[in-house]
Amino acid sequence: MSELLERAERILGFVEGGEEIEVYVASGVDTEVQSYQGEIEELTTSSSSGFGIRILNDTAGGARVGTAWAGSLDDEAIEKALREARDNATFATEDEFVAFAGPDGVDAVALTLTDDAVASTPLDEKIAMAIELERLVRSGDTRIRQVDSANYSDYIAEAAIASTTGIRASYARTGAFVSVEAIANDGGDDQTGWGLSAGRAPGELDVEKAAGDAIRRATRMLGAVKPKSFKCTAVFDPRTAATLFAIIGGALSGEAVVRGRSFFANRLGEIVAASSFTLLEDPTDPRHFSASVYDGEGLACRRNVLIEHGELKAFVYDTVSARRAGTVSTGSAVRGGIAGSPSAGCRALQSAPGDIDQAEILRRVGNGIFVESLIGVHSGVNPVSGDFSVGVTGLMIRDGQLAEPVREVTVASTLQRMLLDVAHVGDDVEWLPGSAAGQTVAIDNIAVSGT
Amino acid sequence: MARGGEFAEVFVEDRTTSSAMLDQRRVEQLSSGHERGAGIRVVVGETTGFAHTADLSESGLLAAARAAAAVAREGGGGVREIALGPLRDHQSLATIQPDEVDKRRKIELMNHADDAARSEGSSITQVQVALGDSARHFLVANSDGLFSGDHQVRTRFNVSCIATGDAGMQTGYRPIAGTRGFELLSPEAVSEAARGAARQAITKLDARPAPSGDLPVVLAGGSGGILFHEACGHGLEADAILKQASVYAGKVGQLVASPLVTLVDDGTVEGEWGYLAIDDEGRPGARNVLIENGVLTDYMWDYLRSRKEGRLSSGNGRRQSYQHLPMVRMTNTYLLEGDSDADEIVAQTPYGVYVAQLGGGQVNTATGDFVFGMTAAFMIEDGKITAPLRDCNLIGNGPDVLQRVDAVASDFSMTPGTCGKNGQSVPVGTGQATMRLTGVTIGGAAA
Repeated sequence: MSELLERAERILGFVEGGEEIEVYVASGVDTEVQSYQGEIEELTTSSSSGFGIRILNDTAGGARVGTAWAGSLDDEAIEKALREARDNATFATEDEFVAFAGPDGVDAVALTLTDDAVASTPLDEKIAMAIELERLVRSGDTRIRQVDSANYSDYIAEAAIASTTGIRASYARTGAFVSVEAIANDGGDDQTGWGLSAGRAPGELDVEKAAGDAIRRATRMLGAVKPKSFKCTAVFDPRTAATLFAIIGGALSGEAVVRGRSFFANRLGEIVAASSFTLLEDPTDPRHFSASVYDGEGLACRRNVLIEHGELKAFVYDTVSARRAGTVSTGSAVRGGIAGSPSAGCRALQSAPGDIDQAEILRRVGNGIFVESLIGVHSGVNPVSGDFSVGVTGLMIRDGQLAEPVREVTVASTLQRMLLDVAHVGDDVEWLPGSAAGQTVAIDNIAVSGT
Repeated sequence: MARGGEFAEVFVEDRTTSSAMLDQRRVEQLSSGHERGAGIRVVVGETTGFAHTADLSESGLLAAARAAAAVAREGGGGVREIALGPLRDHQSLATIQPDEVDKRRKIELMNHADDAARSEGSSITQVQVALGDSARHFLVANSDGLFSGDHQVRTRFNVSCIATGDAGMQTGYRPIAGTRGFELLSPEAVSEAARGAARQAITKLDARPAPSGDLPVVLAGGSGGILFHEACGHGLEADAILKQASVYAGKVGQLVASPLVTLVDDGTVEGEWGYLAIDDEGRPGARNVLIENGVLTDYMWDYLRSRKEGRLSSGNGRRQSYQHLPMVRMTNTYLLEGDSDADEIVAQTPYGVYVAQLGGGQVNTATGDFVFGMTAAFMIEDGKITAPLRDCNLIGNGPDVLQRVDAVASDFSMTPGTCGKNGQSVPVGTGQATMRLTGVTIGGAAA
């Protein structure tokens, strides 16, 4: 049994009559290096641990839950948190749907999501990767004027969940990343481009690819202009498409649905997207950097098909939102660290790959806009109404080829419309940090706002 | 110091938070949290080493200090005595501390807001109210002998409403937030916020897609400070400047904006969301004029970068918590009032967009391109505010948009917000009076 799970179980020992306890314990070790002008600019090493406790009181009218958390694991913090969680529970509304997860008979899939190399790789080698990344970008093209930040980072994260309702789960994950932002200039305005590489361990990182991506993205934006407003097909590259999938995933949260905050509510079984579009949520696919054995309540993660050939098939649920919807958890509880309560959400989305590559998609689209970066996703997308408007940079598509760069434009539609307007899905799946993988996607009827 | 430029700092923080939510009249997610720890940084030459720990014992702190100092790989050694000045601690502005508040009173206020929102109309189908407070005490000591502390109490109350109509759902949102205690919240204040959020959602039920393209834009007082936060605020932070990663680098003394623009970043506005007695490096909060009558006067500075430049910090060194390195951040950023009349500005705009509330934004400081989202907006036709518009982003280029300010009124007010930068979130305020831009690109979906 993991040490964290032992600690979680020990806290369960404080249970009092008439209550249930759920404990989430997490610890992490993080390293981050930033290189600037060939030297280490910042080096951060840290380790942290903490826990979140939920206390549930069964009452005649249902149950009440109170929560408390602390950024340490000492006895005093545990005693205080238990006291506060019990007090908080007394103020909650009695709710017949409130409950903790219990074992549901679904077996956890065995996944290897850790690599000892994160811990065993000498710090000097990690530092060298950040410095090399910066060097490659600066020397890779004479038009690179500046490298704002070149970073290496990694983490080792562990968590355990135990409850008096029978949950015993522990899991671990490692990750390593390099990322860089390049600023290019050839006499006119500056342009920027961002490159990254991600893996479970430092050895999996492709520093040259990250550097090359940043250089290519920055330099091909040089001379970008603001085009006239027009309506066209927009082709989203894998990175920006992943962001779109994550937004759609948010509206497919059973929590948003039962709270009356999703435009997908009451639409199960309906056609909500083009027939070429299938969206899966599968944290048991280890190619996702966010893959997980257990969800945020300690239930086994599982594969859920959310949209299949355009038909809305399912929402993702945690225990409470599922009970409110009259169904069972899909093993999709997510929690924002020790301070967060579980809620339903997606962590490993993937759109089923199509059978054509990006070049073929561009050829078939003929004329339109190719979107390479998004800005203002949090301010321009309303996941309740579905209104969608984001700033982008990218390139025009002319005669099936990438053409001149464009900047200071927005692309707009509604999420509902965009799903139905999916014209092509590429075969070029890119596994990315975050909650979704991406591939090239073409969407019709996009309003491009420029001059 | 022996090799010039060496610097060390210890930052110790204790933070208690509480939060609660009312969703569809159910009180849920009552949570209390506590964290305490230290962040230690050591600077040698151009290199900063940083480590943090929740273990405040002597051995825990020494381990973190060793980790932070690991970057000083050559030379060093030896012990240097540092004479700390007497502790200069600061008290919070709160008259009612968070831990003195009966939770029943908080729930009453949330229920009060829910009632007020629903009283606006039966199309309100969902009301969510969130109340959170935090009490933070930190001490910071550095090798220059600085030894300061601050107690910061912040309180926040948000109302989110959804209205449902024939054409789907629309959202409304109002925050109340201040560097204050529970006294910030009154039944009247929360009721007004709730009604405002509800009305906003209901109004948008009739909204049409926003236009697409360049139009004059009038920003209502209080709504548009985020414009300056994004259009030039981030680009005036010294970290971006020193790396030549800002369109404003090298432009002090130059005309960068319309002469109507006098922009101030001011940590001293008592009680505002971005208020601080001292920043997270122990420097006093200050009122700094960034742009005066259109001329760029100065950038914002943190302690380390200003020390390198041989000048004083402007009190803009902030961090999310002891687990984060400080960097240059805004506090309360606002445009000084002008002398136009708000109604006149609208009346003198034949055709354009009136933005009643903005919802956040983002900027690329190197190119100056930025967006800000409008969450409550209307068409202006023949000098009158007419049809409501659906949410969308506006996009522009900072130096260009700053030149386009052609009227500023005198109905100043401020709005709280959360600013994210390099993965760290800090509370900030933004403010302005009603103002007009001669043209900005509206990113709507209408043809």
